[in-house]
Amino acid sequence: MTDVALSIQDLQVALPAWSDRQRAVAGVSLDIRREEILCIVGESGSGKSMMGKAILGLLPGPHVRAVGGQILFEGRDLLKLSAEELRAIRGCRIAMIFQEPMTALNPLMRVGQQIEEVLELHTDMTQAQRRARVLELIRDVHLPEPERMVQSYPHQLSGGQRQRIVIAMALALEPALIIADEPTTALDVTTQAQILHLIKELQRAHGTAVLFITHDFGVVAEIADRVAVMRHGEVVEQGRVSDVLEAPEADYTKALVAAVPGLKPRVIEPDAKSKVLLRVTNLEKTYRTSTGWFGAKTREVQAVKNISLDLKRESSIALVGESGSGKSTLARCIIGLESVDGGVIELDGERISGRTRAELRPLRKHIQMVFQDPYASLNPRQRVGDIIALGPTLNGVSREQALEEARELLRLVGLKPDAVDRYPHEFSGGQRQRIGIARALAVKPKLIVADEPVSALDVSVQKQVLDLLNDLRKSFGLSLLFITHDLRVAATVCEEIAIMQRGEIVEHGPTADIFAAPTHPYTRSLFDAVPGRDWISSLG
Amino acid sequence: MSSGSLGGYIVRRLTQTLPVILGVVIVNFLLLQLAPGDLATVLAGEAGGAPKEYIDELRARFGQDQPVYIQLFYYMRNLLVLDLGFSFRLGAPVLDLLLDRLWPTLLLMVATLIVSLGLGIVMGLLAALWVRTWKDTVISVAAIIVYATPLFWVGLMLILVFSIRLNWFPTSGMEDVVAFHEGWDRVVDIAHHLVLPTVTLSLFYLALYARLMRASMLEQRGLDYVVTARAKGQSERKITTRHVFRNALLPVVTMAGVQTGGLLGGSVVLEAIFAWPGLGQLAFQSLFARDYNLLLGIFFLSAVLVVIVNLIVDVIYVFLDPRIRIG
Amino acid sequence: MKTFWPRFLSNPRVFLGLVWLGLLLIVAITANQLAPIDPFAIVGRPMAAPSPEFWLGTDSLGRDVMAGLIHGTRATILIAVVATLIAVGFGTFVGAVAGYYGGLIDDILMRFTEFFQTIPSFLFAIVLIAVLTPSALNLIIAIATVSWPPIARVVRGEVLTVKSREFVQAAVLAGQGDAAILLKQVLPNTLSPLIVTGSLLIATAILVESALSFLGLGAPNVMSWGFMIGAGRSFLRQAWWLVTIPGVAILLTVLAINLIGEGLNDTLNPRLSDL
Repeated sequence: MTDVALSIQDLQVALPAWSDRQRAVAGVSLDIRREEILCIVGESGSGKSMMGKAILGLLPGPHVRAVGGQILFEGRDLLKLSAEELRAIRGCRIAMIFQEPMTALNPLMRVGQQIEEVLELHTDMTQAQRRARVLELIRDVHLPEPERMVQSYPHQLSGGQRQRIVIAMALALEPALIIADEPTTALDVTTQAQILHLIKELQRAHGTAVLFITHDFGVVAEIADRVAVMRHGEVVEQGRVSDVLEAPEADYTKALVAAVPGLKPRVIEPDAKSKVLLRVTNLEKTYRTSTGWFGAKTREVQAVKNISLDLKRESSIALVGESGSGKSTLARCIIGLESVDGGVIELDGERISGRTRAELRPLRKHIQMVFQDPYASLNPRQRVGDIIALGPTLNGVSREQALEEARELLRLVGLKPDAVDRYPHEFSGGQRQRIGIARALAVKPKLIVADEPVSALDVSVQKQVLDLLNDLRKSFGLSLLFITHDLRVAATVCEEIAIMQRGEIVEHGPTADIFAAPTHPYTRSLFDAVPGRDWISSLG
Repeated sequence: MSSGSLGGYIVRRLTQTLPVILGVVIVNFLLLQLAPGDLATVLAGEAGGAPKEYIDELRARFGQDQPVYIQLFYYMRNLLVLDLGFSFRLGAPVLDLLLDRLWPTLLLMVATLIVSLGLGIVMGLLAALWVRTWKDTVISVAAIIVYATPLFWVGLMLILVFSIRLNWFPTSGMEDVVAFHEGWDRVVDIAHHLVLPTVTLSLFYLALYARLMRASMLEQRGLDYVVTARAKGQSERKITTRHVFRNALLPVVTMAGVQTGGLLGGSVVLEAIFAWPGLGQLAFQSLFARDYNLLLGIFFLSAVLVVIVNLIVDVIYVFLDPRIRIG
Repeated sequence: MKTFWPRFLSNPRVFLGLVWLGLLLIVAITANQLAPIDPFAIVGRPMAAPSPEFWLGTDSLGRDVMAGLIHGTRATILIAVVATLIAVGFGTFVGAVAGYYGGLIDDILMRFTEFFQTIPSFLFAIVLIAVLTPSALNLIIAIATVSWPPIARVVRGEVLTVKSREFVQAAVLAGQGDAAILLKQVLPNTLSPLIVTGSLLIATAILVESALSFLGLGAPNVMSWGFMIGAGRSFLRQAWWLVTIPGVAILLTVLAINLIGEGLNDTLNPRLSDL
């Protein structure tokens, strides 16, 4: 047992009386060994985060609390320690890295001081020694200009930089264990790759044990030595990462692994149509934000620079890029939610850019959108039937007929027709996304623009929604413009890919070609950043 | 961030306040148009008292025979050189009257601000620390009751109890004028007179700031950075003093700035009750003398005062919150 | 939504507030039956202490304080509610248009709102009434004029948030017009903060109304609580109840409204409730 850093035995975490389950964590037993990274993987509601918080006594009490089991660390049961004893361990022997680097730091305190606080709490170092150690830590996490960095406030740093600060804070006293709760989920793909790399590098260098909580099997493949799969507060399977990923035993794990989008590029079907449906020529869009009185001063951001793109009938293109690449702006311009500054957008040979809102209204039904956030995309105060029927009724269909069609559409997207009488809050995220798809189809569009339609969903639900989108595309003869940050998803959905960076398309072509031989350096860096790339490729 | 640009920031905020001042001038002019009688009679003090020659001269000066916008132009020109006219009721230039009455009001405002903000923050902080204990309940219930109490009534009740029954404090005025105190004695005398008005005016704001501070503390305590601090091993007490307190203070400071106008409004009622010789009392007097010009002069000066206080609050905010961009 | 009423009413503070307000409402409606005499009528000897004949005594002119209190209920509540409704209507309009259309319209409307928020509002109400001459209508106008800016800001903020939600974009894509989107998609989703702010505004309106009446700027020939305190003020030494009783009435009413407003807030936005 000497190689075990932390041992969790039959841990029970109670949920408040009014929630739909009794236990967030129901009898979890796990060992985290020294010098290993143990990944806890699970979907939302699996209890993985609660388990991580329970270790350091950070559960959002008084209703959520550990009610049974043991957490043994350095010969003591953490659940039985006094507040004082637990504080001595926090930050010193066990440290934590959080999901949201944007909110995990005190906005009013310089980051150097926030790192220094750990040293102040647990050591007798002099101020000079602490300062020196902080600079050293900042160098360790590869942040530029350490002297300037310590003087910065959190809002002056990027998300990735802030996460590095939090990591530096966790490392400050070389703890025996670091708990990392989805530390890369809020970051862009390339930043995620860097942070994963950094965690692994530092873990190896210091021999720390890491408990890494994630929802992403790619991340697991990238970083884990061992993995435990959680569902409904229980561990359904655990073992060496290669064993679990290559030969999962539990049905749930098998289903999850099967749902991971592979890096297998979709090919252009031989009978593909060649007629162009959507043509974008030299599109320009610049955002001007005015500051001061009546726009006395303006700041300009060129979001889309000279973009040209053809989308053929019944085909699909994925726009892939990180945040700020302009992919969403391009989509909003095409769909007519945003006016363009230059260039032309044509649908079926008819110019749709440069029209007023009123002139655009009759053309709206040809292009519809599936949105990212299933919780924000449906009006909480309207019935599902009214939400779906809105487009058709505005286009002159009678309400009765529109509602009848809505029932039919709900059946098509795999929901019960009586959903028309219910409100959005009665549905899960995946079901809401199906309602959103039904709404988009209701006006019988030619083109669907889907803006990250699955990025807010759990991986198993993701696959179902993508499959549904794929089936409907075929049966309705739709064209699809698919916006995503995830190359894996892009590869499964679209036969063509356009890679965007800083408002420009840097590479564009058939998915298979780009996957076989990416030419642009940025595309290559995106490929390199895909977590668990080797494993995913092996999924075939 | 860099202190070098703070001056520039202040200048820029000053230029942003100009439209507000201009707006007040225009509103004043419109109100004069609304008042019964033409501009000159209104300016001279409606119910007469001014010699006819003076009214005729005023008519000429304000271009009564000319279009409204020319009249507005004349009116603005006069205000911008701080020519606020003459009060025939009180037989003195309006500007002199205002400056004479400004200091008592300022004294009252500053005293109130210190008491209400200081005690309010402490009360809110304590209530948040003791949340869901009987001590929190006592503070919260007291605050919500005080928050619902009309200012003028509190003043009268305090006079009833502490002046009339107990005879601890004087009922009215700013100093004992017949005692001819000088030097330190005078300071003590004024302070003695200041107690009841300050308590009266402070109570409502004290309750407001205490409630806001409590809510703000509780909100901040639920944020991620507090969990980070806890995960560092920081004690709850230190988390409160080092992290939460300063963040929680920001909305209270903002509110204090917003409430300056209200404070001035409150002082009208208050000075009427305590016969405090400030702007509020002057407003009360001019109201019943129908001396609209003087009343509008007070309104103008009060607006300027609010704008200046807001500017000071903005500058304080720059030091409290590094996210404010001043460059 | 169906859990709203049980949760709302189970809050003891809300319950107390509603009981008091219900009582006031009955008094306001049946004022003429409860106190059939004119509250300005001289019915007894001046400054009689509370007695079986005059439960709350008489004032300096020999008017029945109880009758004044009853008729004052009606005036005070009516003026505060009407002024608040006007302020909510105007504020919602300004805030909704500014938030929804954005750009230059937003700039102009928000500068306008900020202006009204910056100027000392109570002083402005005094000046307005002084110039317009005191009357019930002008009292309402003055209170509404100084009360609408917070509503406009709340509504604008909410409209901005709701507008950026994707279901509004979906409505644009469905071809719904701006006015319909604003009315059917956006505004229904701003209701809960609007209801909370609006209900708390009634309390503020009562305080402003009574302060103005206290200064003698209230509606002439209308008995109101503020006026009673103002009239009794000079006789504090001889007849303390003239000032104390109407003040308690104001306090309890404002308190009741604040309790209900906060109860609404806790029920509609359960955010801090399970901290």
